[in-house]
Order: sequence, then structure tokens, then C-alpha cells
Amino acid sequence: MSNTVVTTDVEVKTWGGGNEPLKASYGKMMMWFFIVSDALTFSGFLAAYGFSRFKFIEYWPIADEVFTHVPFLHGQELPMIYVAFMTFVLIMSSVTMVLAVDAGHHLNKAKVTVYMLLTIIGGLIFVGSQAWEWSTFIKGDHGAVQTKGGNILQFVNTEGHRVALRDFVVAGSHERVQQDSKNGLWFVSESTLPTYTVEEVIQGLESHKDILVRTQTINEHGHKTVLSREESLKQLKNNGKVVVEGANLHVNEYGSPLFADFFFFITGFHGFHVFSGVIINIIIFFNVILGTYEKRKSYEMVEKVGLYWHFVDLVWVFVFTFFYLV
Amino acid sequence: MAHEHKLEIFRGLVKFKSNTQKIWGVLVFLTLVTTVEVILGIYKPESLMAKFIGMKILNWIFIILTLVKAYYITWDFMHMRDEVKALRRMVVWTAIFLIIYLIFILLQEGGYIEGVYAKGFIKRDF
Repeated sequence: MSNTVVTTDVEVKTWGGGNEPLKASYGKMMMWFFIVSDALTFSGFLAAYGFSRFKFIEYWPIADEVFTHVPFLHGQELPMIYVAFMTFVLIMSSVTMVLAVDAGHHLNKAKVTVYMLLTIIGGLIFVGSQAWEWSTFIKGDHGAVQTKGGNILQFVNTEGHRVALRDFVVAGSHERVQQDSKNGLWFVSESTLPTYTVEEVIQGLESHKDILVRTQTINEHGHKTVLSREESLKQLKNNGKVVVEGANLHVNEYGSPLFADFFFFITGFHGFHVFSGVIINIIIFFNVILGTYEKRKSYEMVEKVGLYWHFVDLVWVFVFTFFYLV
Repeated sequence: MAHEHKLEIFRGLVKFKSNTQKIWGVLVFLTLVTTVEVILGIYKPESLMAKFIGMKILNWIFIILTLVKAYYITWDFMHMRDEVKALRRMVVWTAIFLIIYLIFILLQEGGYIEGVYAKGFIKRDF
């Protein structure tokens, strides 16, 4: 009889609720599980990027040649510097976040406030940098010609340095006017026309003897193949189809359009995470100021958004590697 | 809730006095790793361009350093080091298993299609 009673007691203890086998609150555990699923989404994106890259392994753009710009240092080629700065900003804001969590454990409201504010500022700097990176990428720099087969022909001088279209092509008068939906048929508007036509580029190439065409193909030294003078003219005359300036979802002056597509999707999706992270951080920041967690005697909310914020940093570490380094 | 932190990193090689100190220590380490990555990425030493299991040694270094960074972000910034074993395994093993599976399948397929383009009768240079 007494035996039965003891068993029931144990059962109440095990199944009666209030048990935390993982020693983590419901909210924190669910944040972890959300992070797992979000990590799988991002790895889906990155693995798809890897798929496309392996598919066009001999033609893929070299990231060092694409992302060479740093704000205020116009015209200088500084690969990686700005992305490295962005990475550092994000890691730094992760540090201030974890310091906020730590201050929260000591119920130090003033410190949590300061560190949350610093985290928000770091996040804003990062999102701003990304916006700048996007606009530079979209605007493009040198311009290129796309062939009938969808390959990109870029221009270099005899030393192998990139030459922009504006440096050797003279724009003539254009008869083609951009079709707007307001002055044409409503369903046939088109995007901005390029500054030059392919004929003008051909003329420019013919009159400048020191300019050569560079194709997308990567040679055994890891550089893009530069054609000879005759080959350059032949390739451009036979296959040149559209002048491409900058990048969008259809064309990309840096190489395969897929590169631009993945750049926009992956960094865009990540930037959206950073943006929403900043918004959530701002909400928590005001809650801290209002003393919500002070009254609760627990700053666990800060810890939960902290997990999300670190996750955003974690994803960036991978995006940085696979987009800019590898 | 207990706020005890394990203050050792590098398998006990470095032990910090407080959690705040550990955070700064990990920041220094992460910055160091990123700097190494950036320097290697800018200079691309010729000796690391040799292929190893289908990829350049340099790229293997980048990937390994990334995983190292990911480990310290998860373990020290996200406090995975202080969670119980069951939670840690639930999160980490699940994600790692699924991601490795996905990467293997997609890269394998991508490599196959590359082979078809290169050796098959598909013209790309026009």
C-alpha cells in the first residue's frame, strides 16, 4: 500500500509539469529551434549557390574583382577591405549584445541600456553598409558586352587592367528611345537603355589598339582568359549582343547573371534578418528603459533576442566566406 | 536560473576570471581569425593554390577557419557551452547532419552538370 503511494508521488513529480529537463525556459528553447530551422533555410541558399558555382566552375566571377570599392576612396581597388570592416562591425555588435546579456544577469539596468544601444548602432551601420554595397553593385563600374550565348565580354588594356567602356567608347546619337508605358503600349515598357550600343563599342575597340577582350573562362592560373587582338575583334563582332552596365536579376556585367541573383537573394535575406533584428532590439531597448524586465526581475528577453542577433552574425560569417573569400 | 558560466576556452588552455573577460577574449580571437582570412584572401599565396580533395587548399583553410569562428560564436556568445548536453546535441547535431547531407547532394549534382557541359556536346562559347 505504502509502495503505491510512493510511486504516485514520483509520477506527480515527473509528469506533473514544471519540469525542465533541458534546463532552459520554453521561450529560449523555442528560439533555439527557430534558429535551427532558419539555419537550414540559409544553408539551402548557400548550398544552391554552391550548386550553381560548381555547375559553372570555369566561368564564375572572381569575387575579389567584383567587390573592390570602399566608400570615400573612389577609384581605388581595395578588395575585401570593406567587407572585412562590415564583418568586424557585426562581430563587435555581437559582443555588445552578449555584454548586455551579461549585465542583465546582474540586473544592471544602466549597463543593459548602454550595451543594447551600442548593439542597435552596430546593426544600423551594418545595414547601411550593405545598402551601399548593393547600390555599388547595381550601378556597376566598367560595363561589359553580353554575347548571344549569354557570356560576358569585359575589356582590359595590354597590362591586364580593366578598362571601362566610358574610357574608349564614344556615344553617338541614338535613334532608339526608351519605351515607357505612358507613351507606348501600356504593356511594353522597358528598362533603361544602356549608354552605348554594341556598334559603338566595336568602333571604340577598333580605334583603340591597346584594348583587348577578356572572357569569363578561368585559365589554369586562376585568372580570366584575355583574347588576342584579332580574337577580341572577332568575338565582339560575331557574338556581341547587348551592352551591360551594372547588375540586376537578368544581366550582370561581372559575369554569370546567377552570381548577381544569388548575391541579391542571400545578402538580401541576411540584410532583412539584420533589419528585423535591429527592430526587435529597439523594442527590447525601450522595454529595458521602461523597466519592464526590472519589474520582472529577469532579463531573459534580452538573452532571447541576443540569441537571434548572434545567429545573424553567425550566418554572416558563412556568407562572408562563401561569397567573398572562397 | 543559475548564471554560471564555464570560463575555459581552447579545452582549458585559457581560463578567464569573469564572463566579461571571456567575451573580450573571444572577440580578440575572432578578430584574429578574420584578419588572417582577409590577408590570405588579398594575397592568395601561390603555395596554397594546389588542389586537395577537389578544392584549393586555400579554400579548405577558409572553410575550416569559418567553422572555428562559428564554433566560438555559438559556444561563447550564444552560451551553448553552458547549456545541457541534450539541448546542445538537439540543436547542433540536427543542423549539422542535415546541412552536410544537403551540401553533398547539391555539390555532387553541380559537379555532374559541369561535366556534362564540359565533355558533352553543349556549346557555350558563343
